[in-house]
Amino acid sequence: MAAAAFYDLEGTLVSTNLVHTLGFYARNEPGLFRSVKKSAATLLSLPIFAITDQYSRKVFNDLYFKRYKGVSEDRLRYLADDLFLSVLKPAIFPGTYELLEKSRSLGLRQVVVTGALDVSVKPLMEHLEIKDYVANRLEFVNGVATGRLLPPVMAAATKASWIRVFAEREGISLSDSYAYTDSMSDLPMLSIVGHPAAICPDMRLRQTALHHDWPILNLK
Amino acid sequence: MALQLRRKTHESVTYIDRDSAPRIVASGMDFLLEDLPVGTRVIYPNPPIKGLPNREAAIRYALNHPHDCDPLFAQLEPGMKVTIAVDDISMPIPPMKTPDIRQTALEILLEMLHGHGVDDVHIIIAISLHRKMTAPEMKRMVGQKIWDDFYPDRYYNHDAEDPSNLVLLGENEHKEPLRINRRAAESDLLIYLNFNFVPMNGGHKSVGVGLCDYESLRAHHNPNVIRASHSYMDPAGSELGRVISRVGKIADEHLNVFHIETTVNNYMFGADMGFLTKSEDDFTAFDRMKYEAMRYTMKKMPLPAKRAMYNSLKGNYEMIACHAGRTEPVHDLIIQKSMDQYVVPIQGQCDILICPVPDMSPYSINSILNPLLVQVMALGYHFNMYRGKPLLKKGGTLILHHPCNDEFDHNFHPSYIEFFNRLLPETRDANVLRDKYEQEFANNPSYVEMYRRGNAYHGSHPFFMWYWGEGGRQHAGHVIAAGAQNAHVPAMMGWERADNLTEAIAMGRSYMGSSAEITMLHQPIIAIADME
Repeated sequence: MAAAAFYDLEGTLVSTNLVHTLGFYARNEPGLFRSVKKSAATLLSLPIFAITDQYSRKVFNDLYFKRYKGVSEDRLRYLADDLFLSVLKPAIFPGTYELLEKSRSLGLRQVVVTGALDVSVKPLMEHLEIKDYVANRLEFVNGVATGRLLPPVMAAATKASWIRVFAEREGISLSDSYAYTDSMSDLPMLSIVGHPAAICPDMRLRQTALHHDWPILNLK
Repeated sequence: MALQLRRKTHESVTYIDRDSAPRIVASGMDFLLEDLPVGTRVIYPNPPIKGLPNREAAIRYALNHPHDCDPLFAQLEPGMKVTIAVDDISMPIPPMKTPDIRQTALEILLEMLHGHGVDDVHIIIAISLHRKMTAPEMKRMVGQKIWDDFYPDRYYNHDAEDPSNLVLLGENEHKEPLRINRRAAESDLLIYLNFNFVPMNGGHKSVGVGLCDYESLRAHHNPNVIRASHSYMDPAGSELGRVISRVGKIADEHLNVFHIETTVNNYMFGADMGFLTKSEDDFTAFDRMKYEAMRYTMKKMPLPAKRAMYNSLKGNYEMIACHAGRTEPVHDLIIQKSMDQYVVPIQGQCDILICPVPDMSPYSINSILNPLLVQVMALGYHFNMYRGKPLLKKGGTLILHHPCNDEFDHNFHPSYIEFFNRLLPETRDANVLRDKYEQEFANNPSYVEMYRRGNAYHGSHPFFMWYWGEGGRQHAGHVIAAGAQNAHVPAMMGWERADNLTEAIAMGRSYMGSSAEITMLHQPIIAIADME
């Protein structure tokens, strides 16, 4: 039976997190005033993001994606390549390429399951030659973001559910599959595969990984 | 009278009499005091051979008077590309006091190379599938100056999982391949600087194993080769040595290798801890006081502090020989010297072999002696310390003494954990493990990355450790873990368990008879039992 390697993206394969992406869009707002205003707002939100992320990934997502309210879909797509070249590409961990290459050589399907936005990760996925990926999608009304996400919202247990469905559909054995993440919020995703591993984990995930004897990788 | 006569068979062999002192029995990080049955034969390490008075001079002499090739200086040309491969810190145990012999030899080599206009020099630590040495360990091994001049671009660990930096040298007539480090293979001259600590080290194993990849290693690191080795510490009887040699010869055929081998005496501890390698009958009052102080301190210390103190022990080893030139003549001379140091003539096999296991192993430097390593030390290394026939009779009882804690180092030994918890409950059959799981572990992307970017042993390494114990496992009728502090580790290993040595000996006697011959290897020890 076929197997796969499931990866979280930000903090796992690249060193950036969702806030870097938001910061990039804020900096690139049209007009100096709007750019400064958005950047300052993003900066001031950092403590709130940090606290809510510790509390609940769902609450974090609700707060975080509201920042996109009013941004046009065209603009997000227009800036995606710049975002990739100036933010995401330099942030790819050196070990990422090795890990993907080794994984591919074993015939594992490469699947990224990320809470980032689909438009922003597309160029990165093309660069990493990953065809199977799922990301969060903003809701747009008349081409303008409402600040809400379309379901299913990729976070925590939803990632694990999505992986289960994907595996069933594609005939993938989860017990022979691998999963990689950096965050404790992705614990469900690690729990459903036979070969879980933590990459540059946060403190809570590190403790959990040690407790369960999971490998802890450092791709830096 | 008979006992009196037996006491004098060799200076390193003592028989327990009615009035003998209790013996120090190493067990993990503790050193216990045990009364052994009368008649028990206790084997101690030989007294250290006197070290060479001027090791720098000895190394220079070896470089200028090599065996079967031109002196090193005569082989140098300005602008040539040279790679120096060095053994890692898995040897000696414990790591030697600074300056390490490797530092001394490297300083001499680098000075000579520079003096001859050779500046394209890389120093590669030939780790094979061992863990990569950490930066502080690398620095300690070569000293500040070489560190400053070469690290990290020209002083680094070999990477057996970097396909772009490996090159296939060829295959021998047995279809055994040798793929080695590209930089080493593409150099005009490859200098291998070996630290020969036990007779298994050195020779063709240096380049052929130290710089190779997983596929090359599989040819000889397998259960059948180990089973056919009697023993792997005796080059003449080692199938492992034979296969490694025929693979390693591929390197000598394709490359210009200048082989340097060094060996040391067994001056493991200085005056402070020297009593650990001495017969208890010869203890002075001061020795007894030092032992009691050590035992009391270790007993009171919390485990992490104890481990830190244990890992800080350094060996006082002195170099007793250095030879250079072609691989085989150099290795033969070094082995001869090494045997001079280690060989203890022994008459007669024993029914019960007591093998205390201190937390000292090539694979647990600055780390933990996990259950698989306890296994390899008892059934692998110590069982194989013989020449001719094993110290233990076929079907005899081997008693190891260790707490056998279920404890692993997550950074250094991650694949060991899965091997222990997932595979051993299914099977202990080395061939089944090899056929069914070895490649899965070797290719596990997580373990590969932890080996490459971290300091983890290769994913396949726990398998090799298991095969390494195959000789002892196949030979012993019973293995008893005395002093094991839990039941599940011995059970997982296929061993019986006893609370203490007395109970273990009683169990052993129940299998081997009440008049069973008992022998104890007094740990820490490096000695080769030369069986008559």
